[in-house]
Amino acid sequence: MSTKEPILSVRDMRVEFKIKKQNALPWHQPDILRAVKGVSFDLAEGETLGIVGESGCGKSTLARAIIRMIPSQGGEVFWQGRDLMKMNEKDLLGIRKEIQMIFQDPLASLNPRLTAGQIIAEPLKTHHPNTSKDEVKKQVRELMEKVGLSARMINRYPHEFSGGQCQRIGIARALITNPKLIICDEPVSALDVSVQAQVVNLLMDLQKELGLSLLFIAHDLSVVKHISNRIMVLEFGDIAEIGEAHDVIHNPQSPYTKELINAVPIPDPIAERKRIAERRALEAKA
Amino acid sequence: MMVDVQKMEQLADNLAAQEEVVGRSLFADARRRFFKNKAAVVSLILLCGVFLFSTFGHMIAVWSNEEIDWGILGQIAELGAPSIENGHYFGADELGRDLFARVVQGTQISLMVGIIGALIAVVVGTLYGAIAGYSGGKVDNVMMRIVDILQSIPYMFVLILLLVVFGRSIFMLFVGIGLISWLDMSRIARGQTLTLKNKEFVEAAIATGVKPITIILRHIVPNLLGVVVVYSTLLVPQMILTESFISFLGLGVQEPNTSWGAMIAEGAGTMQYGTLWQLAFPMFFFIITLFSFFFIGDGLRDALDPKDR
Ligand SMILES: Nc1ncnc2c1ncn2[C@@H]1O[C@H](COP(=O)(O)OP(=O)(O)O)[C@@H](O)[C@H]1O
Ligand SMILES: [Mg+2]
Repeated sequence: MSTKEPILSVRDMRVEFKIKKQNALPWHQPDILRAVKGVSFDLAEGETLGIVGESGCGKSTLARAIIRMIPSQGGEVFWQGRDLMKMNEKDLLGIRKEIQMIFQDPLASLNPRLTAGQIIAEPLKTHHPNTSKDEVKKQVRELMEKVGLSARMINRYPHEFSGGQCQRIGIARALITNPKLIICDEPVSALDVSVQAQVVNLLMDLQKELGLSLLFIAHDLSVVKHISNRIMVLEFGDIAEIGEAHDVIHNPQSPYTKELINAVPIPDPIAERKRIAERRALEAKA
Repeated sequence: MMVDVQKMEQLADNLAAQEEVVGRSLFADARRRFFKNKAAVVSLILLCGVFLFSTFGHMIAVWSNEEIDWGILGQIAELGAPSIENGHYFGADELGRDLFARVVQGTQISLMVGIIGALIAVVVGTLYGAIAGYSGGKVDNVMMRIVDILQSIPYMFVLILLLVVFGRSIFMLFVGIGLISWLDMSRIARGQTLTLKNKEFVEAAIATGVKPITIILRHIVPNLLGVVVVYSTLLVPQMILTESFISFLGLGVQEPNTSWGAMIAEGAGTMQYGTLWQLAFPMFFFIITLFSFFFIGDGLRDALDPKDR
């Protein structure tokens, strides 16, 4: 993986939020929340990087800052060699076509007033406004079948779908512009366990078929280790650890990662036994 | 020619299976709930009646609204009472004109002022509020301070001043009412936009690079529709009331035009001569319409927000 030229390089990304106290007077200095504190990583073509960390550790903020949905206070993002942070709006629009996003809450990420077809077609209409109506419809129907939805449902509204189906609509919307990278911000966290596996498998199949790169964000390791080539562990906006998925899971270096792993039920008897022994040892020490 | 019946049937089945399923929009759900609300449905029927009356009433009328019935002039209290025989269904007014035709005319004008006034307020207010809320930051601040300033002006005073300075006309009335009526709407729209702005479907649109104006028109405004519809059903009677009040003061609609407010004023002025019908009929339509709008607004609010009951 590392031999390939990275498709996305993030260098020293920093994001801060100014938090105004309630009833603050205009000249009071706001508190500064450092949500992302200098994160750097590379992502190769066709690779999946899992980003794990507790809720509130800055995963979503990092993802949003990378695609310039929110301003960042420093850092560079190279997309195929070009610095996104110095790009003008017009060039950025071209990049937005190549980087798409999938969101955590499947229902909330779909406009309740639009039909599934209209929702999926939106990125296409944004980037190729001259596409004929029939062509748009044809592509939408194809994609719906591809993500495992019946194309007959094209005129249905989001509230008529289940959570898993809504997430499939979100995936279809992300795919319609033929992106190279999809940022998945906790795409399965809000779904039932049985549905989680289906969606993760769908993403893996699509990735293989289309050669996508994925940034896969989750708050627990069990989901991420399944799909990722490499894993980055975030701890309060800092990288606790980054490495090959297998190494991070089976030979974690940072105490934070070990804690995360211990929080996850592992369906692997040998590892499980080792984990219990480790915990006993820790308790004995304490 | 032989047709393979079985194959045709199969084809028909397949076609049926491929047919797209029609989705049930949120509004379809709301409509169903609305029609379960009896008060709202009755109000809707009454309101439709008032509308029909205002559009087709002149066809039933025997007299036109300008004709003077010389036969009863001067004896209105004795001869001008409502009657089927002489064609004055609602009686006659002080000048011997047919009150039925006059009420039709007044209804048209009052409804027009109400609906057009509310429409301006809703369109301007919603767009203004949505733009302010979505833009946020300094733009929002400046836009909403302007609303604050406009709202702090005693508007009845300004409206009366406008009518006195620029002359009394329906157009001036529209300008005056239109100038202030959108302020509340813009506040409501802005508040809603602030919550909508952080929804993930708006983020999704931003992430794909949809233009801000498209996001406002496609993602924000349609989701404001529930609030807007409810508010506008309350705004129409408010507009009608304002117009009536101004006309009651004698500053609004001028002869030969008339409105409910103007007619109620006339009717109230002649009450002591025993011509109560001159007050009763315009009052009846005025009250029916206001109540209908309020009940419909109530029904819509319940229908659009089922959690809030
Ligand atoms: N727009 C914002 N303004 C202020 N603080 C924010 C904002 N967005 C996120 N934060 C804060 O930044 C931190 C990281 O949030 P987030 O990236 O959403 O975490 P995660 O996605 O890992 O759960 C949290 O403490 C959150 O409260
Ligand atoms: Mg998050």
